[in-house]
Formats: sequence, C-alpha cells, structure tokens
Amino acid sequence: MRAVGIILAGGGNERLGALTTYRTTSAMPVGSCYRAIDFPLSNMTNSGIKKVAVITQHNSRSLHDHLSSPKWWNLGNKQGGLFVLSPFMTNDNRGWFRGTADAIYQNLTFLKRSNEKYVVISSGDCVYKMDFNEMIEYHERKNAEITIAYRRVEDSEDIRNYGVLELDEFERMTDLEEKPLEPQSDLASMGVYVMERKLLIELLEIVAGEGRHNLVRDIITRYRKQKRIFGYKFDGYWRNLGQIQSYFDCNMDFLKRDIRALLTIDQPYISTKPKDEPPAKFNSKAVVSNALVGSGAIIDGNVYRSVIFRKVHAGNDTHIRNAIIMESTKIGEGATIEYAIIDKEVEVAAGAHIIGTPENPLIVAKGSKLQ
Amino acid sequence: MRKKEMIAMLLAGGQGSRLGVLTATEAKPGVPFGGKYKIIDFPMSNCINSGVDTVGVLTQYQPLKLNQHIGIGIPWDLDRRTGGVTILSPHMKSKQGAWYTGTANAIYQNVEFIEQYNPDYVLILGGDHIYKMNYAAMLDFHKANDADVTIAALQVPWDEAPRFGLMNCDETQRIYEFEEKPPNPKSNLANMGIYIFNWGILRDALERDDKVHDNSDFGMHVLPMLLAEQKRMFAFPFSGYWRDVGTIESYWEANMDLIQTIPEFNLYEEFDKIYTDADHQPPIYTGPNAMVQGALLSEGCEVLGQVSGSVLGPGVIVEEGASIIDSIIMEDCYIGKNAKLERCIVDVGCTVGDGVVIGCKNEGNIPNALRPKIYDTGITVLGENTVIPDGMRIGQNCVIHGETFPHDYPDGLLASGESILRDKGKEGGTEE
Repeated sequence: MRAVGIILAGGGNERLGALTTYRTTSAMPVGSCYRAIDFPLSNMTNSGIKKVAVITQHNSRSLHDHLSSPKWWNLGNKQGGLFVLSPFMTNDNRGWFRGTADAIYQNLTFLKRSNEKYVVISSGDCVYKMDFNEMIEYHERKNAEITIAYRRVEDSEDIRNYGVLELDEFERMTDLEEKPLEPQSDLASMGVYVMERKLLIELLEIVAGEGRHNLVRDIITRYRKQKRIFGYKFDGYWRNLGQIQSYFDCNMDFLKRDIRALLTIDQPYISTKPKDEPPAKFNSKAVVSNALVGSGAIIDGNVYRSVIFRKVHAGNDTHIRNAIIMESTKIGEGATIEYAIIDKEVEVAAGAHIIGTPENPLIVAKGSKLQ
Repeated sequence: MRKKEMIAMLLAGGQGSRLGVLTATEAKPGVPFGGKYKIIDFPMSNCINSGVDTVGVLTQYQPLKLNQHIGIGIPWDLDRRTGGVTILSPHMKSKQGAWYTGTANAIYQNVEFIEQYNPDYVLILGGDHIYKMNYAAMLDFHKANDADVTIAALQVPWDEAPRFGLMNCDETQRIYEFEEKPPNPKSNLANMGIYIFNWGILRDALERDDKVHDNSDFGMHVLPMLLAEQKRMFAFPFSGYWRDVGTIESYWEANMDLIQTIPEFNLYEEFDKIYTDADHQPPIYTGPNAMVQGALLSEGCEVLGQVSGSVLGPGVIVEEGASIIDSIIMEDCYIGKNAKLERCIVDVGCTVGDGVVIGCKNEGNIPNALRPKIYDTGITVLGENTVIPDGMRIGQNCVIHGETFPHDYPDGLLASGESILRDKGKEGGTEE
C-alpha cells in the first residue's frame, strides 16, 4: 500500500454527557456490536493500509481495551501493524497532547520510520465506509498537496457543528472554518485527509516550532493559499457520533435496510473485536419488531424500533421502544423504556419507567441501578 | 521444542454417515450446531478452557472446510508460537501411503508429532459430541489415581445402557471389565471416547498393537489389551450435558434443547465459552412484521417473517410472510416470501423459493425410500446449496441435494419419503 494511516481518537467530548464519562467518543458503542473506531480502522485495512496509528488521550481505557489485540483488523503483523499512541512524559515535555497537530508531532517517529508515500488521516468517531484508494487516486489526479473529504450536509443537520469548506469551481479549497457562526456553504469536512508523508512531517515541524498545535487551524486553514488543497466529494453514508441526537439517529439508521446492508452485511466487512457470545435467544413470549439485536442477548419481552446490544436481557413484559440498550444491561420484568439511551451494565428494576422524548432521549449512565 | 505436560489429539476424520446428506460434503465434526457453532468447536473450546494449548486435529474425510474453519486456531486462542493447533492429515511415508484405518492407527501414524512435545500425558478426543468438560480436572484425577489410562465415563439411563460401550469398575473407579453393548448391563457407566494416557504406555501399546491389527482401534483393541495387562485404568465420572449427535433425530433434538427457556446446556455463561470462527459477526435484525419466539438467531440474520421453535445460523434471511417452525436453518440460507417450513433441517447456503411448503403432513410416517433408516422421523433434510423453485410442496422424510427445477416435482409436489439427489456421488449416508 502507498499510505500509512493515522486515526485521531484522543478528543474529549462533553456534549455526550454521561455516555463519555468512561470512554472517548471513538469508543462509543454503535449498531449493536461495533464501536465507532471500527469504521475508520476497518476502512484503513480494507483499503490495504498495513500500518495504522491510533492516537489516544482522553478517557482512553475502553478504547485501549477494544484495541488490545490488532488481529481482528488484520493488523497483527511484523510488517506494519497497529500502533496505539498515548501521551507520555519526556525530560523536556511533561504535558498532554496540546492539539491534533501536536499529537502527531509528538509521535513523529511513526511517520519518519515509514516508507509509504502518503498518509491518510481520519477522525475516530465517525461511522462511514470509504475506500481511501479512490481518494488517493483523486489526490494524484488533482495534483493536490492536501485533499480533504467533504460531504453536503442534509437539511436536518446543523452545519454549524462541522468544519465548513469553501471550494472554487475546480474543487480547490479557498477556506475552511471550524464550527462557523455564519456558514458560507453546506459543505462539511469529514475529518479525513490525504497528503504526502514527507509534507506532513515538514509542516508539523514548522508549526511546532511556532508553538502551534492544531491540524485544521494551523495547517489546513493557515496554508490554504500556499498549498494546493482540494476537496474530495463523498456521497455515501456518514455520521459523526459526537452529539446525543446524531448518536441516537445513527443507531436508528441501522434499522434502515440499505444502511444496515452497507455497514454490516456488504463487503468489505467492518471488523470488530469478537466477544464470542452465543446466538441471541428469543424466548416464547418475545415480540421483537424493527430492531437490531446483538449476540448473547436474551429477550423475553417486547421490543420495537430499538437497538439492543450484546448480552442484554429484557425480562418478561418489558416494553422497549425507540431505545438504545447497551451491552450487558438487564431490564427487569414489566419495565417500560422509551426514547432512552441506556449505557452498559445498567440494572433496571422490575416495573421501572424510563421515558424520554424524541428531542431529548434520556441518558442512563453506565453501571447505574435504577428503581 | 518446549515440553508440554499434556497435548490433545482430536480425531476429526469420521464421516458420520448416519447424518445422511449433512455429511455429504463435510466431515461430522464440521457440521454446524446451535446456530453459529460447528460440532468440533466444543472439544476445541474445552481444550483451551482446560489449559490444553497444543491440539493435533486428525482429519481424513472431507477435510477442506474443516481445515478452513480451524485455520491457525485464532478463535480458540490456539495461534501459538509453540504448540497451538496443527492439522494432521494422512500422508505418504517411505514404506507406504496410508489412510487412517482406525482410531488408534491414526494416533500411531502421528507418533512423531506427539514426540516433538515430549509430553507426559496425551488426551485423546473425538470430534463429534456436544458437551463442556474440564480436561484439567480429569488430569488431576488421573494423577491422583496414579493411573496409566483414564477414561471419561457418563452415567446413562439403565434402559439405554445396552446401546453403549460400558465399563465395570470397583469402588475406587478402577476399571476391571469392558462390555460392548451388553444386553444385560452390569453398570451404566458409558465410555465417552475421551482418554488420558501416560504417553509412554500409549506409545508402547500403539507400536505393539500395530503389529497385530492393521486397523488398530482404541475401543476394540488397545484398551482391552491394556486391561488384560493389568494396567491401572480408571473411569473419570462426568455428570454434565453430553449428547451424541450422530443421527438426524438426535442432531435435531440437541439443537432444540438449546431453545428451552432455561436450557439444560447453558451457552450463556460468562466464562468457559464456546468459541468459533468469528470472521464477520454483524448484528441480527428483525423486521416490523417479524415474530420470533422460542428461537436462537445467529449473527447477521434478517428475519422479516415468523420463526418459532427453531435455530438459525449466521446470515439467514427469512422474507416477509415466511414461517419457520421447529426447524434448523444453517448459515447463509435464503427463505423466500410466504414459504412455510416445518420440521426440517436446511444445510448451509440453500435457497428456498417463494411459497415453498416443506414438511407437508400425511397420514402415518413414511420413511425415506432410499435411506429408510436415516430419514424416518418426519424430518426433511436439504443438503448444502440446495435450490428449491418457487411454489413447490415437499413432504416429510424427504431429502434433496443440489439445484432442483419445477420438473423434478410431479404436480409441484415431492411426496413424503421421496428424494432428489442431483449428485449421486455426494448423497452421503451409506451406512444402513
């Protein structure tokens, strides 16, 4: 392969509330058996990338646990492999990564000890399926120095949550503004970049010398006139999991046949860490309709339009509607759950009512015991 | 090579001919079970869960898919620098090219493999039973008795005992007599085909028996010989769930055991799990009109219709209006709209057309005309990659293997007990 991969998975996130108390956004469970990072990571290996760095920092325990063996992504090799890079102390640096550029700069050895021509950078908290070879071919065809994947946002989304691109008629980027108050276009950056490895090393060394640390602001935006930066249009499915609403919607998107086929059934496959659960068990009174169910789940009750993760137990006469129930949560007999996101290992007592609204799904923190 | 205290030798070469068309293209240990598993996953998982990290798998009959399933042993954590899993196929040797002619002969032909690890003990396993067992506890028992051979023993109901190879023991569990399917049993301790041998004793016995029997077999030759020589042979009592799934009916029953609300055989424990090839495990989806009750669904199933009393393998699609009752549907099958399947076993990769009815009832039980002893309990079986055209009706005790067309079905009906076998060489089930 002509590229190495870098996945930026270190960011903190306060907008997901209790869901990110114990994990970073890239480790968010999604679609009943995946975590967010499975998508960019599988995209990398499915594109033939043999050497991938995952940069972690904030709340990294569950992400490190998930990545504890690289073999599930076919990265358990002597050549290349998976590099999980976390902040470390040195004699002249006692700090955390101060930004995305700084995070890569502090791990510059990873890039310097590679031989591949290109680097593909992706954020770790987005659900999408993409062949980076096509993006690299486009990058070469445009004779670009940096290429940014972008998509046209749908009416339902608030573009002010994204980096907004402005492109000229040749798709060359004229401006990139992070989370603008007054967006000048409907083109959102996907946080996916292609550039030459040597150029990235050079730019990182320059901006580090200037005390700048941010990849988007200090490299992409700042160099937009000096460097040939192009947009690469992506038409496929893409969701960022950084907000409650987008997280909820993304899970519900898996209930749509075409999206489910794309993300879970069609080749190339999205890989995840196997958990060796037995098949899901639907007992004699179960009624499960329009729902995604993970392996090892045992269902005795009623489930409608919901995403049920592995090893969930839903007791007799439970009513679960429009809800996301994460791994190993137990729902007691007769409990009712609507418009809620119940994190892992929660125990919901028999007869409990947990009811949110479509605009404000109720969040229940990991390990809670609810009466 | 690093020494291993105990290594396992797993006999996975048998055809399992009473499973009929299910073993036409697959050895019995490779037959799917419980939705996502294969039969061999149970002894393989027991090995790693018991700390046995070196396993030789002896294959012979239809090994290709089994070899692929085992691979380098990743699902069982048997991908090791030393030890791990090794497939041992029959191979040419300087004097002769040799198939495995018996269970002990198969081990004898792989003495050099075992010697590499210089083990103290060798565990001999079959690849055709459903059970969870801690072989480490059996080894402790073996050591505590200062035994030469330990045989795992299951207490079977007395009325079934005459169907088994039985062991008569003294009060210390020492075996003093073997009885093969005796009409009037003295004990109900059945030989489970799981042995621990001191390697020196076994190697010596294999060498000697090979000079006498060219189809050297543990049950028939080696164990009786060692008993006659007064070797210390003990029966290790086992009391958990154990099923031989050697016939269509017992295979079907053991699958159905898993869908009980509280199954006797629990796969849902947190530890000592059963592992299987986990290349791609997408979630399960049930559609807006789906009704799934009393069923196991494996990864990647898409059910839009109804499923009850059934076990579905990975990636099975059940279209709108279809209903599956009391059946086993294996990996990657497609069940068309409004099809109705009752009491059938559908092997991997089958396509059942829209509106097909399988298991049409008739008066009385009409066994299969070709293989009356294999298909005689009302279960209809579709072999691997079978295709049934839209609208066909199929009775009970039928067997179909291969792509079929409407003209194969007189008046659109395959009557109970009839068969369509596209490839005569691959019909399976030669033993009657």
